Amino acid sequence: MLMTKAESVEVKLPSVLGFEKVAMGTAASAARLMGFPEDRVEDLKTAIAEACINAMEHGNHFNDDLRIAVTLTLRDDALEVLVADKGPGMKNAPDSRTQIAPPDIDKKMHGEEPARGLGMFLIQALMDEAEWVVGGPEGGSYVRLVIRLKKEN
Amino acid sequence: MQTDTRVAVDQTTNSAGGAVTVLRFAGDISSTSRDAVLGTYQGLAKDAHKRILLDFTKVDYLNSSGIALVIQLLLEAGRNEQRVQLFGLTPHFRKVFTMVGITKYTELFDDEGAAVASFD
Repeated sequence: MLMTKAESVEVKLPSVLGFEKVAMGTAASAARLMGFPEDRVEDLKTAIAEACINAMEHGNHFNDDLRIAVTLTLRDDALEVLVADKGPGMKNAPDSRTQIAPPDIDKKMHGEEPARGLGMFLIQALMDEAEWVVGGPEGGSYVRLVIRLKKEN
Repeated sequence: MQTDTRVAVDQTTNSAGGAVTVLRFAGDISSTSRDAVLGTYQGLAKDAHKRILLDFTKVDYLNSSGIALVIQLLLEAGRNEQRVQLFGLTPHFRKVFTMVGITKYTELFDDEGAAVASFD
């Protein structure tokens, strides 16, 4: 799909587990319209699911009066996704230059650290850019994800 | 929103006649799947189920909380001296499981035949 200008799509979700699938489906449809190959669509779906679940759990504490705002911006060369919640954000939030360490599977397998805690690593590993930003336009915080269309796509 | 994890327990044998237990998951595997994943595993008698396969062929949705449940299952199985192998993951989730390092503690197979044969 050739776009003469960036187009955007917004979805607002209750902070209830399961609704991340709505964002996954919307983002997958947008990515396919843009011509992303299916393996990259799968990367995007997983990253968005993890970002939405983090926003519901850590940002909005599963308060179903609070919404998660997912904004997709479709550009010629990339899809940008913002996932915003009402929480204060993380202390020392990773920016786009911060490399999140892979999980220590040995510690997890020996019960020395919780098995959970894989989401942020997966988001960064699967996306071309990921950053966690404190203080969005309406307060709260957001994660910004970018997945780029390569020429060979 | 209700999420749904279904699990069935099957038995098969490897070529040497050894018993192999198959946990066949279907639907979602997420944070709400603890009873279906760990509860089903913990309901198996430790001494009677030494070879276990996890079948993901009919799993529609898997997230990091679901992967964490698989890690916990592998941890408990290791303590109980049981071998666990996985099959039926999509290429995407084979990649994700490899990225998080699970393949250091188990193997991922395309299909049930190859997974059962790994116990020979």
